[in-house]
Amino acid sequence: MTSRARLSRLARVLCAALALLFAAALIERVEAQDISAPLAQLTTNKYDDTEAALGALALSGSSAAAGIVSALADGKLVFGGTPPRVFIEGAGGALLDPLTMQAVADAPAVKPVRVNNRIRRAIDAASGALSLVSPDAAKRREAALAVGRSRDEAALPALDAALAKETDLKVKSAMNLARASILIGKEGITPAERIAAVDLVGAEGNQDALAILRSVPESAAPEVKQAAAAAIESIERNLAMWGMAQNLWYGLSLGSVLLLAAIGLAITFGVMGVINMAHGEMVMLGAYTTFVVQEVIRTSYPGLFDASLLIAIPLAFVFTGLIGVLIERTVIRFLYGRALETLLATWGISLILQQAIRTIFGPTNREVGAPSWMSGTFDVGHLAITYGRLWIIIFALMVFFALLATLRLTRIGLEMRAVTQNRRMAASMGIRTNWVDAMTFGLGSGIAGMAGVALSQIDNVSPNLGQSYIIDSFLVVVFGGVGNLWGTLVGAMTLGVANKLLEPYAGAVLGKIALLVIVILFIQKRPRGLFALKGRSIEA
Amino acid sequence: MLNMFTHARRMAGRALVGAAALALAGGGVASAQETIKVGVLHSLSGTMAISETTLKDTVLFMVQEQNAAGGVLGKKLEAVVVDPASNWPLFAEKARELIAKEKVAVVFGCWTSVSRKSVLPVFKELNSILFYPVQYEGEESERNVFYTGAAPNQQAIPAVDYLMENEGVQRWVLAGTDYVYPRTTNKILEAYLKSKGVKAEDIMINYTPFGHSDWQTIVADIKKFGSAGKKTAVVSTINGDANVPFYKELGNQGIKATDIPVVAFSVGEEELAGIDTKPLLGHLAAWNYFQSVDVPENAAFIKKWQAYTKNDKRVTNDPMEATVIGFNMWVKAVEKAGTTDADAVIDALIGVTVPNLSGGFSAMMPNHHITKPVLIGEIKEDGQFDIVEQTPGLIVAEEWSPYLEGSKDLIADWRKPLSCGNFNVKTGKCGGAGQ
Repeated sequence: MTSRARLSRLARVLCAALALLFAAALIERVEAQDISAPLAQLTTNKYDDTEAALGALALSGSSAAAGIVSALADGKLVFGGTPPRVFIEGAGGALLDPLTMQAVADAPAVKPVRVNNRIRRAIDAASGALSLVSPDAAKRREAALAVGRSRDEAALPALDAALAKETDLKVKSAMNLARASILIGKEGITPAERIAAVDLVGAEGNQDALAILRSVPESAAPEVKQAAAAAIESIERNLAMWGMAQNLWYGLSLGSVLLLAAIGLAITFGVMGVINMAHGEMVMLGAYTTFVVQEVIRTSYPGLFDASLLIAIPLAFVFTGLIGVLIERTVIRFLYGRALETLLATWGISLILQQAIRTIFGPTNREVGAPSWMSGTFDVGHLAITYGRLWIIIFALMVFFALLATLRLTRIGLEMRAVTQNRRMAASMGIRTNWVDAMTFGLGSGIAGMAGVALSQIDNVSPNLGQSYIIDSFLVVVFGGVGNLWGTLVGAMTLGVANKLLEPYAGAVLGKIALLVIVILFIQKRPRGLFALKGRSIEA
Repeated sequence: MLNMFTHARRMAGRALVGAAALALAGGGVASAQETIKVGVLHSLSGTMAISETTLKDTVLFMVQEQNAAGGVLGKKLEAVVVDPASNWPLFAEKARELIAKEKVAVVFGCWTSVSRKSVLPVFKELNSILFYPVQYEGEESERNVFYTGAAPNQQAIPAVDYLMENEGVQRWVLAGTDYVYPRTTNKILEAYLKSKGVKAEDIMINYTPFGHSDWQTIVADIKKFGSAGKKTAVVSTINGDANVPFYKELGNQGIKATDIPVVAFSVGEEELAGIDTKPLLGHLAAWNYFQSVDVPENAAFIKKWQAYTKNDKRVTNDPMEATVIGFNMWVKAVEKAGTTDADAVIDALIGVTVPNLSGGFSAMMPNHHITKPVLIGEIKEDGQFDIVEQTPGLIVAEEWSPYLEGSKDLIADWRKPLSCGNFNVKTGKCGGAGQ
């Protein structure tokens, strides 16, 4: 082990020495160099050698180097034969000579050159150094960023050479930043140079800059350390403000998840008064619907994958809605007004549904992929916002307002409200209360199913999915005020934000306990939740 | 409400399981004369079904294989499967049912430490044998239990060593689910890291509840902790369902393995089967076996397993290998003892050596733990592991960790005349926790 560490140190020293040697040549003429030595190193099947070879390739200036490095990154670089040689695996498994890119005649049995995290880092640095001279400005900027991240001193000569020729201002500033990132930790530069580098990096003001600034060596001059400390302090102050914004955002995001999970329950429990323990399983069924939709799309219509969630939403609504109607007609309608029995019966239903799914799909998690429009992040200041979370917030609000509109503006909504407010009078007015009950329960279940489509993006799609949301859902509905949709919205967001503001101080476990205690105390004070319905509508 | 709710859950679970057990017992009576019964005590419903169902299948598979090879002592084996439904007290009841009512010769079972602790008194009282196939926190050695999973020094410590030496990691996040295994493992790791000169401010310890699904804050904290200018790694003892959202959030926030690698002790091929693994490329796991181990024994095993399950995508994993090793050890010990009598088999088991699936041999040591190689793997795009490091030899389990104050003087040796699971070498007495 220790000998290996020593070896890798040796390799790094060698690498740096090589770099110096090649640097002069690189600035003079960027032409083909002999790369047989690094190619031979790639055949030893040792990470240390591969890393050293990458360093040498990056600085060789050989036109073949970029192809070799990208082949390694894609797992297409193979070696074999006696004596061992390196090949690039081309289309259809043909072995190509890495220098000429021509297929070799007598292809030996080959193994891929192995890659681990260390090699992946070296690949990033090498391909960065190699594409610093790419004709494409965007690529050059990417390359500069990659070199800056790798902070590989060996890349400095290549960076200097590229910087001297660079005309694009954006690329130039990225290169200057990369250069400064490398210089900060480099031995043997003047304090003035180092302070300039510190200023440049400090102006970035993000967490990466903090990491770089903290690596100012102990041996640096006191004024350098002072400058770095000042820069760190100002960044930290700035980031602390953004940290608050970040917690708030995370809180809203968690709140939207809680809202999605609870909103169906706000109908079945909040409006109808059914203690529905199978609510979580409706969410789970929605998630499994998404899985089935994606499976069908994967096997039959791969081009539709990005639309899979949009297709799954109505299907999940209809499917879980029908299951809900079925449960209401066969079990729940016999138990109205008997809270305890309803609780036990729905709990039993939830176990049956879980085990049914376990039997059909197996007990392990199922993979639900994210469509491309839900992957990735964008930055608002120093706040990284992921598209997935943003869409879930938007979706939760859309579902909420659609439900609100259904209850307020449609005939079935009117009937639902009429039946829950005064069943007998509604019946006398000619409303089929039985039918309305079934529809209401179906609506609540269907909405839970739609929530499942969204939650499949952030949680496990397993038979246990629903269980983890049932307690939170009841918490939200009770806290917000039974029978009031707005209460559910405000309750979910309040709990989400409070949870995320508590978590950094109390930790995830204590934070959750603290929140439960707060909610219990709150319910003691206001038994009907945040938004209590006035009057006699919820006497039960 | 809460009380009623758990009660209802337990009642419903019992009813279901009882029915299943009755059905199985009914089938078992007819052939009770000429078979040896093997008990399987793994959850087939509830939270742990996700992991334990595979182990039930593994035991059934091994029983079938053994019967095809002529059984044991000239008798056929018969598996008796019960479902403790991820309910810890139910584990004890089901264990009693297996031993007292079904008269099984041996039990393969349990996953969580709490389920093992729950059945321990039953196995002691009725003097039977339990094979426990999952990596755990150590700090235990019982006469009736044989531990074929890894102790912390057979998994956690080599993983940390690898990161220190190969990735140059200087700052550590120890993240775990809040229960006994992560807490004890992290205590051992913290002591180990400090003994290696890591400062307290370079260690961040974080616990989350079971099934934690909102990782935004914690991942952001890890990112922040990792921006101190020193190479940072996460050592994850996060268990079960919480892993998928954790890795998803890492991918969301753009933390790649080349920046902050995560090495996990509870994430294997089974767990990865449910995740899109592309963002996880390069994150690590430490186990004693990977499906990707490239030896003929393993290839043959995988082929037979996939034929048995009639699913050519069915994966294998480390606890499965531990189950296979335990099963083969039991068969060998029974043949050595010439009987299935618990006392004779317990004595015969020590020193039994069987091939493992990574091309070597594992031996049952006097501390009732087995010797194992340690493998470090990086997650590949297809959900398999690329083995980047393998210990040159086999590692003997340290059931009592030398890094913990209360256990550093203890040893376990179940050979006569010592026959003790917690012998204190300082006081020379059996049964002493450090006094």
